Amino acid sequence: MKETITFQLNGKKTEALIDPTETLLWALRNQFGLTGTKFGCGMGFCGSCTVLIDNEPVRSCQLSAGDIAGKKVVTIEGLATDGKLHPVQKAFVEHDALQCGYCTPGMIMNATGLLLKNPSPTTEQIKEGMEDNLCRCGAHVRIIEAVYTAAKEMKGGK
Amino acid sequence: MKIKSNTRIVEPSSPKKQGLIPRRDFLKYLGGGVLIIFTPLEACKNMAEPVRATRSLPKDFNAFLHISEDGIVTCFTGKIEMGQGTITALAQMMADELDVSIENVKMVMGDTALCPWDEGTWGSLSVREFGPKMREAAAEARAVLIRMASEQLKVPLARLTVSNGIVTDKLDNSKAIGYAQLAKGKKIEKHLNEKPKVKEPSEFKIIGKPYNRTDSALKVTGEAKYAGDIKIPGMMFARIVRSPSYGASLISADTTEAEKIPGIQVVRDNDLVALLHLSRDKVDEAIVKVKAEFSQIEMSVTDKTVIDHYLKSATKGNIINSKGDIAAGLKLSDKIIDSEFYDGYVAHSPMEPHTAAAMIDGDIITVWVSAQTPFLTRDAIAEKLNMPAEKVRVIVPFVGGGFGGKADNPQAVEAARITKLSGKPVMLAYTREEEFFYDTLRPAGLNRVKSGIDKDGKISFWDFSVYCAGDRGSDTIYDVPHQKTTVFDQGENDPQVHPFAIGPWRAPGNSNNTHAREMQICLMAAKAGMDPMEFRIRNLKDEKMIAVLEAVADKFGYSPGKGPSGRGYGIACGTDVDTWVALMAEVKVDKNTGHIQVVRVSCAQDMGMCVNPQGTLLQIEGCITMGMGYALTEELQFEGTKMITQNFDTYEIPRFSWVPEINAVILDRMDQPPHGGGEPAIICMGGVIASAVFDATGATLYHMPITPARMLEALKKV
Repeated sequence: MKETITFQLNGKKTEALIDPTETLLWALRNQFGLTGTKFGCGMGFCGSCTVLIDNEPVRSCQLSAGDIAGKKVVTIEGLATDGKLHPVQKAFVEHDALQCGYCTPGMIMNATGLLLKNPSPTTEQIKEGMEDNLCRCGAHVRIIEAVYTAAKEMKGGK
Repeated sequence: MKIKSNTRIVEPSSPKKQGLIPRRDFLKYLGGGVLIIFTPLEACKNMAEPVRATRSLPKDFNAFLHISEDGIVTCFTGKIEMGQGTITALAQMMADELDVSIENVKMVMGDTALCPWDEGTWGSLSVREFGPKMREAAAEARAVLIRMASEQLKVPLARLTVSNGIVTDKLDNSKAIGYAQLAKGKKIEKHLNEKPKVKEPSEFKIIGKPYNRTDSALKVTGEAKYAGDIKIPGMMFARIVRSPSYGASLISADTTEAEKIPGIQVVRDNDLVALLHLSRDKVDEAIVKVKAEFSQIEMSVTDKTVIDHYLKSATKGNIINSKGDIAAGLKLSDKIIDSEFYDGYVAHSPMEPHTAAAMIDGDIITVWVSAQTPFLTRDAIAEKLNMPAEKVRVIVPFVGGGFGGKADNPQAVEAARITKLSGKPVMLAYTREEEFFYDTLRPAGLNRVKSGIDKDGKISFWDFSVYCAGDRGSDTIYDVPHQKTTVFDQGENDPQVHPFAIGPWRAPGNSNNTHAREMQICLMAAKAGMDPMEFRIRNLKDEKMIAVLEAVADKFGYSPGKGPSGRGYGIACGTDVDTWVALMAEVKVDKNTGHIQVVRVSCAQDMGMCVNPQGTLLQIEGCITMGMGYALTEELQFEGTKMITQNFDTYEIPRFSWVPEINAVILDRMDQPPHGGGEPAIICMGGVIASAVFDATGATLYHMPITPARMLEALKKV
């Protein structure tokens, strides 16, 4: 049964008629056309489907669309503002912190969530915070540098 | 003379009850409704490389490039971008040869309707094989455009110069015309009988300079499209009724319960039973309600017994390299080392599972596929659907990792069949479980190596055997007077070797062979009481190999020490895709838990002309990071024709906490042709880690991956 739910999607108040039991990942990709959020494993092991809900990085393959009622959802498409890349996105570009790019949206969302909680992480804390996001191409070393760079830039911006 | 042999690590009780199915019988089971791609052993020999194509690239340079009225150069290539960075390197080559800025080069890749025919993106061929041909095309286009400018400007050719796509009179810069005005967005009709030369390295402005990835802006914003991101109006999500084991054939499929879910559509065509729904969730819900019956075949081999199974199944030895006389070498030997090295079955496990979206419009089928082989995939679809190839268009958007696993694309054929049968646009994206099951796995490896050292620390003989995993990288590389390489394959009446499909995995075969060779060298150096670097140099004549070893030692800050030195330093070197590579690593071993931490890795590479040093660095880092997986954790579990490994909870790939400090040096060889860059460094990861573990602890690890359990077991023998 479809229900109307209200939530904030990428900064915009959104009202949508959806099946609340639908997997959030598929709802985002198929109903809202936000295909930046990727399917990787379907079991919450890989992190390719990571989005922010109320600033918390979560695995959208493990949630239902109904879970976002009244919440603030940010996907990779909602990170840049006024055509300007978010510092984490910018740092990923500058550091070439990606190869195939499939895990990248999940990596960036997870890193953004990490920096919201801990604006000055050490390298060890970055590794720990990113540990459960998988990358097969082996961009890890650059991702760590990119997150570190983004943290510095975000603090400087305050 | 005492010959030391290590204990083979296999399960003591290999199940023998069922017996192994002789190959002929096994194949009999495979008639009719087989749902899987099955690769018999014969394919094992070719596994190192997919079958090389005989077709050549078009002669007309227009096939490679188009110049629009606003000066954008579109470069067409049948190669695809899966993370390896040719989207940047090929654009650099095009821009440099044509004298345009790289920002004005747009890449169109892997579209069979637009791009010149291509055999596929594998074997590190993009830069080293396609690249030079594309440069020749660009050089001719440039020469033609300058001639056209000469006519229009009425200035002699010799007085013209090109920069950023503008042809200018050197003596009067008011006389200038751009490629855009010359080509006018049209095909360039003029051609030259005598093909102009491509640029000399001294003339390069873009090739050889480090460029960041050109696709990252798309990839950090979620704008980059992969096959699963294609949206077609009315598109339905498909799931296929899958067999529970390899080689099983479908007997019946009862879809009654599944059809009770409103909106479910069933497609049947012999062995293919698929469900379709507008919602991915609904089709996922429905597929588990199908009651299917299969005729299954059984094999008794498991991941624990595979080595014994290999020895029974691969009795036919072919000598592929022989020099001198092993018996004579034995007599020269002061010390002899006899070892066996093992590697597990490994999955590609790209983050993007195999995916295809298909639609039919009139008599044309278009399929968007996560493929390394767009043209071969097109041909496979055309063949299965009995359609002319020109009626099938395959488009490969960005690919989310391939590593060889997306050379084979059954999902594309399946999606095309379903769209043709249903008349509906279809999205077929494998689940992670399907991805592991249908992967063309890297075969387990067995290498037997027997070698000797004389009193002067020279290798007296080298007897190297390769079992079932491909002979790429099995070259001796060291200067040995008496040597032999034997490749063992399945004999006429031997049992079937692999229960499932195997295929090319990043530098196929080479990781196994290099692991075995380099670990043997490590053990020989220790036996000779020599520093392993000094031992290598003493036994090498190959100047390129000596150069990369010296370069990596310098980068790493290596100081000599006899192994095991307790420092945890490892060395490995080898060749792949005409590139010479050497690695050094430092590891720390926790003797209580058996956990191995790779602290740092250095790499030196001689790859001929390096088009993009930055892209190369990314590939080296990727090889080193990915390679830690097969060295430390990755090993598929299976029981006969059943795959036990299904997801990342039991198949552990490298994570952030593993990441070592990585540095690399690329030798300056700009005067030489380019060689491969996407694969070489990974071949050394097994050998460099195993030898570093030996150096740290004195424990000899013969079996990849070096899991904590294997590490602890080996420590007991020290």
